Amino acid sequence: MRNENEEEKLTPEDFERVTIDAHHSERIEKPSLSFWQDAWLGLRKNKAAIVSMVVLLLVILMALIGPYLNGHAGDSQNLRHANLPPKIPGIEATGFFDGDGKLAGKTVNLYEMKKVDEYYWFGTDGLGRDLFTRLWEGTRVSLFIAFVAAAIDMVIGVAYGGISGYFGGRTDDIMQRVVEILIGIPTLIVVILMIMIMDPGITAIIVAITITGWIGMSRIVRAQTLKYKSREFVLASRTLGAKDGKIITKHLLPNMLGIIIINTMFTIPNAIFFEAFLSFIGIGLQPPAASLGTLINDGYKVMENQPYVLLFPAIVISVLMIAFNLIGDGLRDALDPKMKD
Amino acid sequence: MSDNLIEVRNLKQYFNAGKSTEVRAIDDISFTIKRGETFGLVGESGCGKSTTGRTMIRLYDATAGQVLYNGVDVHAPKSKKENHELNRKMQMIFQDPYASLNPRMKVLDIIAEGLDIHGLVKGKTDRKQRVIDLLEIVGLNREHAERYPHEFSGGQRQRIGIARALAVDPEFIIADEPISALDVSIQAQVVNLLKELQVEKGLTYLFIAHDLSMVKYISDRIGVMYFGKLVEMAPADELYRNPMHAYTKSLLSAIPLPDPIYERSRVRHPYNPKDHQYGPDEKVEFREVAPEHFVLCSEKELAEMQATHV
Ligand SMILES: Nc1ncnc2c1ncn2[C@@H]1O[C@H](COP(=O)(O)OP(=O)(O)O)[C@@H](O)[C@H]1O
Ligand SMILES: [Mg+2]
Repeated sequence: MRNENEEEKLTPEDFERVTIDAHHSERIEKPSLSFWQDAWLGLRKNKAAIVSMVVLLLVILMALIGPYLNGHAGDSQNLRHANLPPKIPGIEATGFFDGDGKLAGKTVNLYEMKKVDEYYWFGTDGLGRDLFTRLWEGTRVSLFIAFVAAAIDMVIGVAYGGISGYFGGRTDDIMQRVVEILIGIPTLIVVILMIMIMDPGITAIIVAITITGWIGMSRIVRAQTLKYKSREFVLASRTLGAKDGKIITKHLLPNMLGIIIINTMFTIPNAIFFEAFLSFIGIGLQPPAASLGTLINDGYKVMENQPYVLLFPAIVISVLMIAFNLIGDGLRDALDPKMKD
Repeated sequence: MSDNLIEVRNLKQYFNAGKSTEVRAIDDISFTIKRGETFGLVGESGCGKSTTGRTMIRLYDATAGQVLYNGVDVHAPKSKKENHELNRKMQMIFQDPYASLNPRMKVLDIIAEGLDIHGLVKGKTDRKQRVIDLLEIVGLNREHAERYPHEFSGGQRQRIGIARALAVDPEFIIADEPISALDVSIQAQVVNLLKELQVEKGLTYLFIAHDLSMVKYISDRIGVMYFGKLVEMAPADELYRNPMHAYTKSLLSAIPLPDPIYERSRVRHPYNPKDHQYGPDEKVEFREVAPEHFVLCSEKELAEMQATHV
């Protein structure tokens, strides 16, 4: 209960009018950040993604310069130097990578036995080719295939999905029926047919990967286009008289870019893996060309006696897959529109 | 020139016409908007108000009927220049302040979009200056130009949307529930801004709302919509004093007042279309009950209404 006396003591003088400056209330203190700056801040906090990016950059760097580092050419055969285990200067003293290998069940130093003076860091294969050089050449080819395939997937997928979603109606109906038919055919059959028609090689593999690979991207882009094209900011742009081209480049694409990038980040490792798979089952690259897939296939054949042939390409492909996936995850967390306004 | 800026004649908008999913969003409505006035369009959610606005501004093609702007049919084929000119004269303010600004664009570019499309500025500095002027007109300031929409409050965003519409110097603005997503304290701010702008620039408004509470303050005339049809249309005071259609009465009974004594006795009258009990051969038409006051009714109802009209 209030005390009545106290209430009576209040006089108009006790009250002071507070005026809020209208301009003050409109002020925004926060520094202005664009969507991308904000996303970068988010990504930077994700340690796994940052470490993955560093590792990925190192692998890419090695793919570029690795083949020239030790003076051996990847395709020079030397049967006298065949099946040598890894031997790395400096580390050999520790007992690892010292050139010891098994011969008829006994451990011997094959370099001394065969009187080889050179060092083969990751050993040699059955034809005496330097595996270190071949590993990075193969990585380069695998990455190249993956990047090109992902880029083509992206271009076709974005264009197809964008057109289908933006123009809608009959166009959309027809285009979506085509997609449904393509999806109905098992990828592997399409790929094997493609490779039978074309000469096996990098081009054939890229075509094989992209021929159905763009569908995922096109579906995502179509859904995004449908979502954004009826947003009020797009309607506002149309009432101002903007043309379709302007609406697509200024309003739709910038809003979808995040999702396109995320999806591409997951396409790349899939392409790497798919290429390796094709090469492993023998319908991919043909010798003497190397890719991670063919190297793993070579290593798999001699897994029991020369495990190092399998070991290094397997490590590289695993690292690539993990790195791309972690970066993709990090990007998704940083760019996902659902977590922002 | 007649003093009707807008004339809507028997406008129909059927979505998915002919299919089982057909929606008659607008079913034969006619009204006019005089130059310089505010026409309020009221009705519950989903009755076709937005569709009416969007069809008028050519976001949708009409199924049937006409929209005349200054005597020119807006949906008829036109030269590029005429289209461009019409785009400039009719503008729209949207309902959802969070969806109506592109989150990837700076306020500067959002507001300047119309300036760019219509080539209204010469050079970068002129462009920026125009945007700053527009920001100040709507009560924001120059430092807001370099920011992104997500940094603003709903009311501020709505004012940015208003600035974007004003940039091209329109004559007619369709405001599609511009305040229904805002806090009550902010609503008055935006409504007052719209009113000031109307006086300053001689604008004509179509003001869409889903309840009558705010509309009555800013509209000169009001049309009440129910399921794609106009059921009543009258000058604002007349509509308040003499609501005739049962649906209008129901809408009016839903407005709360800050008056406890009135509130205690306020009864909401729900509207049930079956209450009309129209016979099978009764013609239900839009009829003039009193000067300027139209009601969708049958002949019998017309006589009753005219008898009770004061
Ligand atoms: N593009 C569209 N396609 C199909 N139906 C629509 C479309 N836009 C609106 N509608 C339907 O038309 C009716 C009227 O919608 P709308 O004009 O948005 O109502 P309001 O603005 O009065 O809330 C609703 O039933 C809605 O579902
Ligand atoms: Mg609406």
